Amino acid sequence: MAKPDKLIPKQAMPKLSMEERRKTLKEVALGFSEDLALVEASRCLQCAKPKCVEGCPVNIDIPAFIKLIQERKFEEAIEKIKERNALPAMCGRVCPQENLCQKSCVLGIKGEPVAIGALERFAADYELKKEPITPTGSKCNPTGVKVAVVGSGPFGLTAAADLAKQGFDVTIFEALHEPGGVLIYGIPEFRLPKRVVKAEVEYVKSLGVKIQTDVIIGKTYTLDELFQMGYKAVFIGTGAGAPIFLGIPGENLSGIYSANEFLTRVNLMKAYLFPKYATPVKVGRKVAVIGGGNVAFDSARTALRLGAEKVALVYRRTEAEMPARREEVENAKEEGVEFMCLVNPVRFIGDEAGWVKEMECLRMELGEPDESGRRRPIPIKGSEFRIPVDTVIVAIGTRVNPLIQKTAPLLKTDKHGHLVVDDYGRTSMKFVYAGGDITSGTATVIEAMKAGKRTVQAFCEDLQKSE
Amino acid sequence: MNDIVSAKELAPNIKQFEILAPPVATKVRPGHFVVLQTEEEGERIPLTVVDSNPEKGTVTLVFLEIGASTKKLGKLKQGNRILHFVGPLGNPSEIEKFGQVVCVGGGIGAAAIYPIVKALKAAGNRVISIIGARNKDLLIYEEELRKVSDELYVTTDDGSKGRHGFVSDVLKELLEKGIPIDRVIAVGPAVMMKVISNLTKPFRVKTIVSLNPIMVDATGMCGCCRVYVSGETKFACVDGPEFDGHQVDFDNLLARLRTYVEEEKLSHQMLEKGEG
Ligand SMILES: Cc1cc2nc3c(=O)[nH]c(=O)nc-3n(C[C@H](O)[C@H](O)[C@H](O)COP(=O)(O)OP(=O)(O)OC[C@H]3O[C@@H](n4cnc5c(N)ncnc54)[C@H](O)[C@@H]3O)c2cc1C
Ligand SMILES: Cc1cc2nc3c(=O)[nH]c(=O)nc-3n(C[C@H](O)[C@H](O)[C@H](O)COP(=O)(O)OP(=O)(O)OC[C@H]3O[C@@H](n4cnc5c(N)ncnc54)[C@H](O)[C@@H]3O)c2cc1C
Ligand code: SF4
Ligand code: FES
Repeated sequence: MAKPDKLIPKQAMPKLSMEERRKTLKEVALGFSEDLALVEASRCLQCAKPKCVEGCPVNIDIPAFIKLIQERKFEEAIEKIKERNALPAMCGRVCPQENLCQKSCVLGIKGEPVAIGALERFAADYELKKEPITPTGSKCNPTGVKVAVVGSGPFGLTAAADLAKQGFDVTIFEALHEPGGVLIYGIPEFRLPKRVVKAEVEYVKSLGVKIQTDVIIGKTYTLDELFQMGYKAVFIGTGAGAPIFLGIPGENLSGIYSANEFLTRVNLMKAYLFPKYATPVKVGRKVAVIGGGNVAFDSARTALRLGAEKVALVYRRTEAEMPARREEVENAKEEGVEFMCLVNPVRFIGDEAGWVKEMECLRMELGEPDESGRRRPIPIKGSEFRIPVDTVIVAIGTRVNPLIQKTAPLLKTDKHGHLVVDDYGRTSMKFVYAGGDITSGTATVIEAMKAGKRTVQAFCEDLQKSE
Repeated sequence: MNDIVSAKELAPNIKQFEILAPPVATKVRPGHFVVLQTEEEGERIPLTVVDSNPEKGTVTLVFLEIGASTKKLGKLKQGNRILHFVGPLGNPSEIEKFGQVVCVGGGIGAAAIYPIVKALKAAGNRVISIIGARNKDLLIYEEELRKVSDELYVTTDDGSKGRHGFVSDVLKELLEKGIPIDRVIAVGPAVMMKVISNLTKPFRVKTIVSLNPIMVDATGMCGCCRVYVSGETKFACVDGPEFDGHQVDFDNLLARLRTYVEEEKLSHQMLEKGEG
């Protein structure tokens, strides 16, 4: 085994060839080989007071699992991670580690932090390669108490896994026909292969969790009906899935998609395999994507892979303010996505058949910082210009979908429609808990998972008190 | 669950399925729709619920085999199971005692309007129904509607049965005669709903239309179904599907419905060649 050595540089993860990245939806980041993982693991100092663990929202025992990798005990390494995180293969791929564990790693003060995310992914992938998945969570003291989880995104899956580990009889209700939430319909194959999502969903099922797809709470059953059906508690993780449009003239011309529609067609409905799969998607030669977050980057890179000649990412601030994961910004650049920063669309112009053909934009400049701390973009008068487009993808954010709240008037919401919860995810209704994007607006996978864990804690306490 | 309890051909390329879906059957109200998918590779198909039987736990759907997905659906038989079935979706129709209501069903819309007519009648309205089809073989739900309507007019484009002409011709006559009409409800092809809305506008008769834009999730998550109503963007699946016909931008709806004509043709050809 290699000795800890901070002179070894951070190991870079191999990537798919550019040729394949332009033409296929195959995963771009290929993962560490065993050798690379061992070298990278050897860089960890095994700090006595590990800062990285504090930086991790679900407090994975990071030095412990890295030590197990150093010792080539890969199976034990993944067990260690799963004590705290039921979805490690996904988190290893999509968490913004540069702002979390890796940001806190002491090695980062003078040099490069340990590639914790890549090591997490390595351990998780090692396990996924072996079939079949075996449950690791011991089903301690089955309680026979039935609980319902609404939504199967990272919040729902995590809450369900922890509830099952506590011995509850858990059923997840999911509106769509596939479980996974944004992980299955939003984040593309080349960043998070659907087989990984499916495998982790299988893991959650292996803990005893039942998943009923095609059930919309608020439509098929109301919250009250769930309690009448004998569920003792309900955990709501319905996300913030309703797309926001720009509210400018021409936005309903054909060829203009919300990022949610575009990505859902491609990921969930597999439009990239049309006509074998029946749902189509249209990607023209010139594509404009509006936005600067993960969703915009996922859309832009997907459009490129589906044959667009030119993909421009139109963002009203500058590259420095883009909220997307750094790695994906770099990947997009490498792949040829063009950045049009300090630009904001003001209207779309269509042809006789109602198809979008041009986008009129204004140039912007940065003013004083706003509430978000980022400098506010201000339009420059008279700077209008037009660019030709065949397809436009709008990725400027999402709102909460009010389907449940509409039929549950006792559930308190704030002015944005987010469910109001205490620090542990308790809503205004007894034994109803919530977390993830439905309470915070679009955030991250790991924050949703953290909320999932907390609500289960809160429920266990509330249940004890009530008995 | 999701078993086809009975399957019937109502007319060439028009089928009726009764499907076992107890949670939907107990909840569904006139104007609701469902989304179904017949295979992993398939599309999510929105269809209006035409009738339901809460005791048996079944709902009735009537659909026109218009393209590849509905043709594949039509190949299923009694005893087969629908892979995915979710609902009830959308907002139910506004049912109140309005007075005299004219319900217009064009083509497949004759079946879709049936639950609305039935509910309006039960709520104490006097209901005049007008249904139409290209020819007499394609007329559906005539007998069912006759039972629940106070008056029923039938039209065919070729004159092979009932009045020679369109449903809008009958409505026009009624409007011009000046009989009291408190509300018009129109369900059918987008063009027909456009014509009806244009017709009633000068008479200031409130006109409700049930829009059928292309949908994906039908839960408010994608915005594919967006339509302009009073110049504002609405999602037909969660804000509708029924809207005030006088406020709808039908030209935008019609253009958006043509988004995938080439792809639809390709899918259809594949199916015909047996490759789909
Ligand atoms: C394209 C894209 C890329 C992203 N990239 C990243 C990334 O790289 N890293 C990162 O950390 N985060 C990323 N995010 C954000 C992250 O995915 C979300 O913060 C996270 O998924 C929120 O989890 P959730 O469980 O709260 O909700 P969701 O994942 O949204 O899941 C909610 C689920 O509930 C279901 N549902 C909704 N209403 C109902 C109902 N009434 N009844 C039953 N079911 C219902 C929905 O169908 C859905 O499956 C990305 C988001 C998008 C859209
Ligand atoms: C709320 C609602 C209720 C409906 N109720 C009924 C009904 O009761 N009976 C019935 O026969 N039809 C109904 N439809 C229309 C039906 O969903 C479409 O005819 C069907 O999806 C077409 O699929 P296809 O592959 O067979 O045909 P395609 O060849 O794909 O398309 C034929 C036409 O249908 C439209 N269409 C295509 N895909 C969709 C889609 N995903 N959603 C909506 N329209 C689409 C297209 O504009 C096209 O012009 C309804 C649609 C909506 C939105
Ligand atoms: S802070 Fe960095 S070096 Fe220290 S234990 Fe965590 S990963 Fe290892
Ligand atoms: S169909 Fe997706 S929002 Fe209406």
